[in-house]
Amino acid sequence: MSGVAEERGARAPWALTAPALMLFVGVLLIPLAMTVMLSFHDWGQYKGIEPVFILKNWYEIAADPYYAEMFWRTFRIAILTTLLTALLGAPEAYILNRMSGRWKSFFLLVILGPLLISVVARTLGWALLFGGNNGLVNKLLMSLGVMRSPIPFMFTETGMVVALAHVMMPFMVLSVWAALQRLDPQIENAAMSLGAGPVTIIRRIIMPQIMPGVLSGAIIVFSLSASAFATPAIIGGRRLKVAATLAYDEFLNTLNWPLGAAVATLLLFALVLIVVGSNALIERRYAEVFR
Amino acid sequence: MAYLELDRVAKQFGAQTVVDDFSLSVGKGEFISFLGPSGCGKTTTLQMIAGFLDPTRGAIRLEGKDLTAIPPARRGLGIVFQSYALFPHMTAAENVAFGLEMRKVPRNERAERVRAALAMVGLAGYEDRHPRRMSGGQQQRVALARALVIKPSVLLLDEPLSNLDAKLREEMQIELRQIQRTVGTTTILVTHDQNEAMSLSDRIVVMSQGKIEQIGTPQETYEKPASAFVSQFLGKTNDFAATIDRTAAPARLVVGSWAVPAPAGFNGAVTVSVRPERIGFGDAGLTARIVTRIFQGNHWLFQCDSECGPAIVIRQNDGKAQPAEGDAVRLTWRPEDMSARARESA
Repeated sequence: MSGVAEERGARAPWALTAPALMLFVGVLLIPLAMTVMLSFHDWGQYKGIEPVFILKNWYEIAADPYYAEMFWRTFRIAILTTLLTALLGAPEAYILNRMSGRWKSFFLLVILGPLLISVVARTLGWALLFGGNNGLVNKLLMSLGVMRSPIPFMFTETGMVVALAHVMMPFMVLSVWAALQRLDPQIENAAMSLGAGPVTIIRRIIMPQIMPGVLSGAIIVFSLSASAFATPAIIGGRRLKVAATLAYDEFLNTLNWPLGAAVATLLLFALVLIVVGSNALIERRYAEVFR
Repeated sequence: MAYLELDRVAKQFGAQTVVDDFSLSVGKGEFISFLGPSGCGKTTTLQMIAGFLDPTRGAIRLEGKDLTAIPPARRGLGIVFQSYALFPHMTAAENVAFGLEMRKVPRNERAERVRAALAMVGLAGYEDRHPRRMSGGQQQRVALARALVIKPSVLLLDEPLSNLDAKLREEMQIELRQIQRTVGTTTILVTHDQNEAMSLSDRIVVMSQGKIEQIGTPQETYEKPASAFVSQFLGKTNDFAATIDRTAAPARLVVGSWAVPAPAGFNGAVTVSVRPERIGFGDAGLTARIVTRIFQGNHWLFQCDSECGPAIVIRQNDGKAQPAEGDAVRLTWRPEDMSARARESA
């Protein structure tokens, strides 16, 4: 009797997680495995996809500097976006944390704003402000005589970084904010009583303690920016491609699925490697603060 | 004479007065406790001395100089916070060294003073530990060393022992007193624990609802409480309604059916307070009946129903026979063991 119950008890967790597990395997693991497989297949203009095992696509990516340029650009944009969000987001979180209740919830909503607006509306909003001669800000600056030609925004890496930083900001702010809330509320008073001025308090006491928050925010922002599709697609179009838009083009315009799959796979593995690696580094470095 | 002086200090938050008319002069080297229930304004007063809050009215002077004009970073006070507020990303030695670094003390001297401070609080050899890897008691010691190493003019302790367990707290009390005696730093302790205040301080400031109820030595506040609040807050006490009759000579104090020679200074309706350990069982006195008898090792605790209301009596366990539950007894005490005050209109 008890043996049956025990057996049933042991099986229960599996039975209960089965639906979610099947969904996970069915819509994530299998397509992922298929994409990896696809990257080893052959493709020709007239013969289409041939299910063989060759390294042609991978060789092409490694040999053609065009792909290297795409990937460098992708990571350059992701790094600059991460830096920009950290530089603006960390002080923003600090100020937010010091606000009184009502203002805090209001500005939290403002900070979350970019996430609530559709990517198309948000990015096109930037285009309306800075897009060429007709951009509102450009028009204003030019009519004031501040500058002669419009600030280049569309089809530039700067534009992509700005637009990406805008939408990624909430992740950085919330991550730093979480770190700030773990601070001892008396810690600034303690430093002050020992003779530290405001700058020293921020630099020596606050910064080191919120660094883990900044870094985990940076990991989120970096991985999301490096694999971002919609924003680079709208700002860069097909003129200024990044890894994600490149893979998309190979799939849907050139129809070279195997090559697209290879680009996507490379992007995925590069990101996993960077994220896991930096996470391990951060955890080791900040073991004392995390504990 | 006065080293630190608070002169009619008050603090208001909006319409709410948190501290009112607080005057106190502290002598150099003195150990003062602010004692009171939570919300009585003791921490607010400490924060005004520290400079984290500005007083609404009144002056705070240190050696005659106005302290409120000096920003907190330059007041040179040592503060131990309830949460310790150690810097978690620094080692114990770095925590202690921080204040010296801010004072631009040369590296060699700094290292020497940090070592000495940690040794003084019994943490020699813990220099390279991070706070999160230390016990609560050890963190407390680091916080104390960090506050003392800068040779503060006044040491402020904000409920420093309340996060420790009872046994450790007792140990730290003794140690804190010894360290304070050796270093001789003028110290102000904020606490809600009457035992802590009594065992540590030279004088206690009992506070209630933003006002000072009494300032006195631990014995004074315990033996001669200035108000009902003080007598209730500092240990257990029995309050009996009594009358002083000065029409006949000698004047008599009548409590229930018992009359004793009256103390000087009062007339008419009074309240007398008697500590439970000062009441004995005798032949004359208040008639009472023992309701419960509780054995507590070194003493017995009796709850009695007397003719003047409930009373508690504590008798030392000296091996003698004690009355049992239900026994009729007479509660008696010496005239000097009671303190009388005018009866507060209820």
